[in-house]
Amino acid sequence: MRPFKGRDVISVLDFTREEIDYILDKADSIMGLASENPDMLKGKVMAILFFEPSTRTRVSFETAMKRLGGATVDMSEPRRTSIQKGENLTDTIRVVDNYVDVIVIRHPLEGSARLAAEVARNPVINGGSGAEEHPTQALLDLYTIRKEKGRIDGLKIAFVGDLRYGRTVHSLSMALSNYDVKLYLVSPELLRMRREVVEYTSKRIPVEEVDDLDEIIEEVDVLYVTRIQKERFADVSEYMKVKGSYRITLDHVKRMKEDAIIMHPLPRVDEIDYSVDRTPQAKYFKQVYYGLLVRMSLLALILGAVE
Amino acid sequence: MAERELRVSKIRDGTVIDHITAGYALAVLRIIGLTGREGHVISVIMNVPSKKLGKKDIVKVENRELKEEEVHKIALIAPRATINIVRNYEVVEKKRVKLPEIIRNVIRCANPSCITNSGEPVQPLFLVESMEPLRLRCHYCNRVMTRDDVIKQF
Repeated sequence: MRPFKGRDVISVLDFTREEIDYILDKADSIMGLASENPDMLKGKVMAILFFEPSTRTRVSFETAMKRLGGATVDMSEPRRTSIQKGENLTDTIRVVDNYVDVIVIRHPLEGSARLAAEVARNPVINGGSGAEEHPTQALLDLYTIRKEKGRIDGLKIAFVGDLRYGRTVHSLSMALSNYDVKLYLVSPELLRMRREVVEYTSKRIPVEEVDDLDEIIEEVDVLYVTRIQKERFADVSEYMKVKGSYRITLDHVKRMKEDAIIMHPLPRVDEIDYSVDRTPQAKYFKQVYYGLLVRMSLLALILGAVE
Repeated sequence: MAERELRVSKIRDGTVIDHITAGYALAVLRIIGLTGREGHVISVIMNVPSKKLGKKDIVKVENRELKEEEVHKIALIAPRATINIVRNYEVVEKKRVKLPEIIRNVIRCANPSCITNSGEPVQPLFLVESMEPLRLRCHYCNRVMTRDDVIKQF
C-alpha cells in the first residue's frame, strides 16, 4: 500500500480496495485518536476553495479539520474576488497553494480537481467536480454501509433517481465495484447512469438497469436515493410524470427487508417522504456523522498525523 | 491503374500516406501540422477507387520524411492508413499507423464541461484505451471519446 501522506484525493479510482478499507478502518478509530491527541493537526491549515455553493460538504470538511486541531481558510465564494477579476483556476491554485497545507476544491467543471492537483505542490482533495466525481462522499457512503450493515460484500444495492448528473452515484458505483455487490440502477430513461461509469462498473460487478422501483424494492439491502432536479427536464410535464415514481414513501419501506437501509447524499427535497425519517431503515442523517469521521480520517492520513 | 498514374505521378523523395479514409486527406494534413506554407510540394488526391476501402484518399509530401511520432496521430482519423517513405522513386520503408498510448495536444475533449475547454493553460491529454474501435479517455474529466467525436473536430 502506498503511504497516504501527501496524496491527492481526486477520484475513487486513485485508491485500491485495500486502501479504501484502510481509510474506513481509520475512521473507526479517529474520534478516539482525536480525543487522545486533539492537536494532531495543530499548525496545519486547510483552504476551502468552493466555486459552487455548498453547505454540507464545506461544513463537514471544516469541522473535520478543526476537530483535529487544524485551522481552515474559507474561500467559498472566489467568484466574488479573484475569479471575477478574470483569474483562471490554475493561477488561483498556485496562489492559494503558498498559504496552506491542503486544499479542498469544489468546482463546476469536470477534471478541475485533477488539474488543481497537478498545479499544487500540496495535497488536493476533490470536494465535487461538476457531474463527474465526489470521492469523499463515496468513501463516507461505503463507511455508512459498512457500519450499518456490518459488511459491504454480498449486498444488493440500488441507486434511485438522477444517475446521469448525480456525481455522488458515479463515484460510489466505481468505489463499490471493488466489492462483491450487485448493483441496481433505477432511473427514468433520460437520467440513466453515464455510459462510461456503467461500462467500468459492469466489467467488475453485476449491474442491472431497472425502470421500476417496485421490481427490486423487496430484495435490496441498501436503497440509495438521489434527487431528481426539475431543471434537467426540457419539458416540465415530463418531470412531473417521473417525479412521483421515484419517491420513497412508507409503503416502499413496508415492502423492504426489515434490515435494509435507506441512504441519501442530501439535500433531500421531496424524494423521500418525511414519514420515512422515523423508520429504522432511514440512515441519511447518520450518514452525515459518518462523513465527518471519514473526512477526519482522510485529513489525518494525508497530512501525516496518523499512518 | 493507368488512369491513376495520370492523376498522381510518382514522387522521387518524401512520404506517401496511403489508404486514408475517403474525405479525410485535408484533416490528415491538419493533424500532422502541414499547412502548405512549409514549401514542400504536397499532392492531395481524394476519393480514388480502392480495392481495400472502396474509396480512399492519398497524400504525398515531397522531400520530407515524416517522423514516427508525426504519422501515428493519423490513426485517430484514418486507422487503416499506411505510410511509405520514398527515396529515389523506391519505397524504402512501409508501415501502418499505430496510435501512441498517450495523445497530447492534438484534439480537444468532447465534453464541454471539461476543464480543458475552459481557457485554462492546460494541454488536453488522452489515454488510448483501444484503437479499434477508438476509445480515448480524457486524463482530466475521464470522459471517453469515440472516433466520431474526434472526426467532428477536423
